[in-house]
Amino acid sequence: MSERKQFFPRQVVEAGWNRWDWALLPMVLALLVLLAYGGEQMARPYQLGETLPLSLDPINLPYYLLRTTLRMFIALGASLLFSCVFAVLATRSRAAEKILVPILDILQSIPVLGFLSITVTAFIALFPGNLLGVECAAIFAIFTSQAWNMAFSAYQGFRTVPAELKEAASVFKLSAWQRFWRLELPFATPGLLWNMMMSMSGGWFFVVASEAISVSNQNIKLPGIGSYIALAIEQRDLHAIGWAIGAMLIGVMLYDQLFFRPLLAWADKFRFEESGSETAQDSWLLTWLRRTERMQGVVVALGRLLDRSFATFRLRHDGTSIRARPQALTSTPQRIWDAIIAAVVFYALWILIHFIHTEVGWGEVGRVFVLGFYTMLRVVVLIVLAALVWIPVGVWIGMNPRIAGRAQAAIQFLAAFPANLMFPVAVVLLVRFGLNPDIWLSPLMILGTQWYILFNVIAGASTVPTELRYAAQNLGLSGLLKWRRYLLPAIFPSFVTGAITASGGSWNASIVAEYVTWGDTTLKAHGIGSYIAEMTAVGDFPRIALGIGVMCVFVMGFNHFVWRRLYRMAEDRLHF
Amino acid sequence: MATPIVELKSVGKSFHSADGSARSVLESVDFTLNEGEIVALLGQSGSGKSTMLRIMAGLISADSGQVLYRGLPLYAPADGISMVFQSFALFPWLTVQKNVELGLEAKGMPPEERAQRAEAAIELIGLSGFEGALPRELSGGMRQRVGIARALVMEPDVLLMDEAFSALDVLTGERLREDILDLWETGRIPTKAILVVSHNIEEAVMMADRVLVFASDPGRVRDELPVPLSRPREAESSEVRSLIDNVYGLMTAGAMRLGRVTEKEVKLRLGDRLPEAEIARMESIVELLADEPFLGRADLPKLAEETELSDQELLDVSRALTLLGFALLDHGDIILTPLGKQYVLANHLERKAIFGQQLLENVPLLTYIRHGLVQDPSGDLHEDMFLNLLRFTLDEVDAVSALRVAIEWGRYGDLFEYNFNTGVINMPEKQETATPRVI
Repeated sequence: MSERKQFFPRQVVEAGWNRWDWALLPMVLALLVLLAYGGEQMARPYQLGETLPLSLDPINLPYYLLRTTLRMFIALGASLLFSCVFAVLATRSRAAEKILVPILDILQSIPVLGFLSITVTAFIALFPGNLLGVECAAIFAIFTSQAWNMAFSAYQGFRTVPAELKEAASVFKLSAWQRFWRLELPFATPGLLWNMMMSMSGGWFFVVASEAISVSNQNIKLPGIGSYIALAIEQRDLHAIGWAIGAMLIGVMLYDQLFFRPLLAWADKFRFEESGSETAQDSWLLTWLRRTERMQGVVVALGRLLDRSFATFRLRHDGTSIRARPQALTSTPQRIWDAIIAAVVFYALWILIHFIHTEVGWGEVGRVFVLGFYTMLRVVVLIVLAALVWIPVGVWIGMNPRIAGRAQAAIQFLAAFPANLMFPVAVVLLVRFGLNPDIWLSPLMILGTQWYILFNVIAGASTVPTELRYAAQNLGLSGLLKWRRYLLPAIFPSFVTGAITASGGSWNASIVAEYVTWGDTTLKAHGIGSYIAEMTAVGDFPRIALGIGVMCVFVMGFNHFVWRRLYRMAEDRLHF
Repeated sequence: MATPIVELKSVGKSFHSADGSARSVLESVDFTLNEGEIVALLGQSGSGKSTMLRIMAGLISADSGQVLYRGLPLYAPADGISMVFQSFALFPWLTVQKNVELGLEAKGMPPEERAQRAEAAIELIGLSGFEGALPRELSGGMRQRVGIARALVMEPDVLLMDEAFSALDVLTGERLREDILDLWETGRIPTKAILVVSHNIEEAVMMADRVLVFASDPGRVRDELPVPLSRPREAESSEVRSLIDNVYGLMTAGAMRLGRVTEKEVKLRLGDRLPEAEIARMESIVELLADEPFLGRADLPKLAEETELSDQELLDVSRALTLLGFALLDHGDIILTPLGKQYVLANHLERKAIFGQQLLENVPLLTYIRHGLVQDPSGDLHEDMFLNLLRFTLDEVDAVSALRVAIEWGRYGDLFEYNFNTGVINMPEKQETATPRVI
């Protein structure tokens, strides 16, 4: 403390600004300026049909990066808000839960592009004469690629709050508002944060589709990395693709260091497991922030605001008041609600059948199912292949703690890296060697999602109890026996977790991966993904809907019949 | 005349099991907590004592009867009633200080005032210096101190303690118990009454002015025992020992179901819960009983000391032994029967045979499983069938536990085999060709 006072004039020290505050100030100011500039650009006047200036000159990339990141963070904020609202509604009210959870389940399996093609016109109409409408459509598309898994994670977190903590909250008479901030949200935070990071990577994957909007004869390219890539693909400019990859890498690194790392390190205190076995994350920025005084003042002020809100939204009566008297339980409203849900479902089903019958015909449905089957085959084969490759690698890394730490960071980064940037390269290769797209386009589906398998296997392998490891060594287990009796069962649960994520991601990626364009060359693999992509390009809404619907059926069936069972099996008997 | 604080008037509570049928957990419980007393509730697990505590806390509402707090009906947690939890229930993301302040914050008390009061409570419970610590940095004993400070800072009329010391090791638990009694005796806390739920008999006798013994299925107060000793009490004193003996006698009397105090063993029914007694534990107790210094008869508290089992564990084992006819219970003593003596002398295979025979004769669930297997042409049945049967009379946890115990016993008695992976119970194969399990 005394040492610090020598560096700064008295008034400054007394005002509470320390050197960390000063060091951080330029960063904060720069951030504010960038936000203001980016925000201003988003809301400029715009007429439909006008082409926005876009150039492949790399000098523009920092600006495009800013615009894209801004969109992604706005979408992330919206997703967070949505997740909280969803979790609160679904956990507080049984009636709401009954419809919200299935709806989310369906929404989750709808491919991102599906939303875009349906909503873009509505958003444009919302802000006539302004770019904001198009921006909103793009942000909404990113939102749809981020929100669902976050919402599920929040819901899961809210639901699994331990009973004793809930009881403590009621004994100490926390109101619903206080309970949300003090109990439910903190408890759900670690899972939510993890899913936020995954969502951010997922968002990059569809950044091209969401910024370069070409639906129903509108061809709009919003300034951003996505449009830059789209333009580069149109003009067959591999150098530009390289630049875009570079810019994206820098972007990913920046928000990892400046946003997620500090957040993860801070959220460490929300971990519920009492024994902290996992090493805490650390972040230079958070340490830095914690040393400041004025910057922290902002946080303290927010805390005080929350405090004041607690005083406002509190329970004003206790258990002896007539208000606390429980309502007599009758099942009639619940029955009526169930009946309404059933009626709506039946009506929707009838509409659907009618629609298929008149608009597309049953033959088409059969054809789409066959296409879905092709894609399923691809997903299964790819997951198996990825498992064959990554399980040994993952086990090896996981069992070597010194490598594991570094590898984990690298893989997290790889997972965040949008694999679709590699697609043009694939097209060039396929065309040059005249390879069959039905087979050779498939690997693209798992390019971005395989990392989840590796990541989870490493995590699983590094938690194998040391004693078990010694026992295996002591018994001299080796070769096939070692894998069958010891290693595979030990990592199975984490493998399943990773494979679930990877398979979900692959289904979604099939829309992009089965239908790849490079300039005027289009490569197409037979599958439901290419069907949806093709129909989207043509703007055939009934068939888009059909494709999306069938894909939902496949994904949900796959989840239900394969993954859920494996998961339960892993949970029941293969854990430590 | 003592002033009542909380009154329960013929309170009943039932829970709905999976099939929608109601199972009664508490039946017409009458109880009054008066000013100036500490009351302990004792009972086997599942006897509804925790349910009763939660009804008094306002956490769950009674189905029938009336709950009054200071003469007013109680529907939800009230201002004057605070609670300490078994596994502490601290918010791991809040510091000690913030955890203690939780209830005051919920009331909307200004920050300065609540900090002041929290600090006083932290001081009182001996946690000064740890205000800024997170719960995960503290040991179990310290965590429970935070839990107690959090309850005391509310200046409660009534303090409810739900097995507050059972998650701690013995020494730490005793220390904490003494500290609380000290605060109570010296009047440094404004609390007018304390209710303790416990399954540790010594703890109950050491703390309480009254001990209530609960009977299970459905839970109700079976006995009430005043403890007219002044505090602090000496655990080794003869008065305390004889009271502990007494309580053991009450708790083992008419062991199984009926509320009446009978020494006669009541026959088990098909859908009853089974005592959670492992084979290895039962064997070692039987052997211990047959040996010096007990020679076939032991005082339960002594046996508890000797074996270092908790009361709950010892009671479960003795119930299992009486069930199987290896032992008898008599006024808090356990006596080896002739069959029990024969069992001790037998070799491993003979033991298994006797055990299996006794199971078939005395445990209806096992008789029924075996009957089903014998009749079934394939000789195997899925465990879920029996689980569903048990669910009619027991709640989920008890049903699973009963089946688990039955399977362990049945396997040991060679009545059947069981495959954990498939959940199938099947007739034992005659030749010992155990098929290797595939993952």
